[in-house]
Amino acid sequence: MSATFALPMAEYRFPVRRRASGESALVKWSLIGTALAFLALFLFVPLAAVFHEALCKGLDAYIAALAEPDALASIKLTFFVAALAVPANLVFGVAAAWAIARFEFRGKSLLLTLIDLPFSVSPVISGLIYVLIFGAQGWIGPWLQSHDIKIIFALPGIALATVFVTFPFVARELIPLMQEQGSEEEEAAIVLGASGWQTFRRVTLPNIKWGLLYGVILCNARALGEFGAVSVVSGHIRGQTNTMPLHVEILYNEYQFAASFAVASVLALLALVTLALKSYVEWRVRHETSDPVTVGPQE
Amino acid sequence: MSFALRTRHSVLPGFGLALGFTVLYLSLIVLIPLSAAFIRTAGMSWEAFWRTVTAPRVLASFELSFGAAFIAALINAFFGLIVAWVLVRYRFAGKKLIDALVDLPFALPTAVAGIALTAVYSSKGWIGQYLEPNGVKVAFTPLGVVVALTFIGLPFVVRTVQPVLADLGRELEEAASVLGATRRQTFVRVILPAILPALITGFALAFARGVGEYGSVIFIAGNMPMKSEIAPLLIVTKLEQYDYAGATAIAVVMLVASFLLLFALNLLQWWARRRGGQDS
Repeated sequence: MSATFALPMAEYRFPVRRRASGESALVKWSLIGTALAFLALFLFVPLAAVFHEALCKGLDAYIAALAEPDALASIKLTFFVAALAVPANLVFGVAAAWAIARFEFRGKSLLLTLIDLPFSVSPVISGLIYVLIFGAQGWIGPWLQSHDIKIIFALPGIALATVFVTFPFVARELIPLMQEQGSEEEEAAIVLGASGWQTFRRVTLPNIKWGLLYGVILCNARALGEFGAVSVVSGHIRGQTNTMPLHVEILYNEYQFAASFAVASVLALLALVTLALKSYVEWRVRHETSDPVTVGPQE
Repeated sequence: MSFALRTRHSVLPGFGLALGFTVLYLSLIVLIPLSAAFIRTAGMSWEAFWRTVTAPRVLASFELSFGAAFIAALINAFFGLIVAWVLVRYRFAGKKLIDALVDLPFALPTAVAGIALTAVYSSKGWIGQYLEPNGVKVAFTPLGVVVALTFIGLPFVVRTVQPVLADLGRELEEAASVLGATRRQTFVRVILPAILPALITGFALAFARGVGEYGSVIFIAGNMPMKSEIAPLLIVTKLEQYDYAGATAIAVVMLVASFLLLFALNLLQWWARRRGGQDS
């Protein structure tokens, strides 16, 4: 059965009316000018500067900076950590949304607040709390040391800190979406004899796929780019525990500006790809549903 | 919206598994580690805690982190409202592209933002070279911190105000203008009250994000103790000196501040919903 209910509303546009209550052309264009000048000063010029600085020593230097073993190791580590953190938070997001959007229980609003908590914690503190538990002076640090398990200044710590800072992304996209959709379709499927897993796969998943993808895109972007939290737990071991953002910092502090911006430009490109994918998902959602699903701002 | 009857016993399966996993995962990743910070601090004597968090260097860093975040959030509230307005109300070339790029600070890693802003606003940078002769030094001063936090907080106000502005019916504005209100009066009396909760929410989110921000700031700030050293950097510095208690004490102050802010924000949203409910 098809679970998407696309209505032929996509082409419909509200007619443009001349407003009696609009601003004069002068006000309008000065507002547009102010907005563009503000965005240029804080967004567009810095973005352009990344690519300019990366390429200012020529293409050969650019490629050499990226092909350098430590840079390659940092690229590999960054993607590996994201590949651990994003699926973990994806499974959590679906489970949380299923519990919260489909059932009534006490303490739900508290649970919602707690899920959002990592967004209001400074990245540095997100790293610090894992040091307090797993670090050499931490709660279980001595035990870990005696069993030769490394968490802080090693991959597990980096992965944990990344999971923490990207924790809410998928859940907070899915919960409002599933609440809005209601549970009638799933209830019908269950009543008609589908198993829970079948219902989820055939009814729920097609309904939430764009919201899910949206959350994953945001989660992934943050996982690739996290700096503060990872910086605290990584130990900055070149070629081993340096992610791309940390490698950018090390090169920058060594005054290898062109190389630093070269690695930074890869991250900037990934950010632009993220924005493009995000816009695409928003566009698909607008065109697939008559009642546009609000894929709201993340915090 | 949905008038589905909320039954106590849902026919849907998986409640226990989903909620159980949610609570377990939340506890392991977020709650237990966060409580570690508070438990660590509880092990300190009150005096030692107080001495740590009121040391002049720490106070100066709090003042900078909170002050710069506040100024940056104000800048974002003002210009973010204009950007949101322009994106919702007007048509111009390149609007869609610009709309998409507003989210850049969410997508761009903070370290990249930090070195990019430093390059642009330093004395030889594209913008800095015009500011410095006029006596405005941005890079390696507290002003640099404000610039970095303005970048980081930019999308919050735009993205909270934009949907509210888009949903705002034009009828009220038209009624106001038909009834003889000037455009300015219509804006102040009709539009502004409607978007005010969203504006404050965006401001608070930008402020909260700015207080804890680290990556984009440390490159442009110069990081001089007492002058341009932010609180998160001080936590890192203390950690590097193995002063775990000191780092944790500062962290706890910041955590409490952000939880209070979160609580205030929840209150605000509850108030806005109630007000919105009464209106309709």
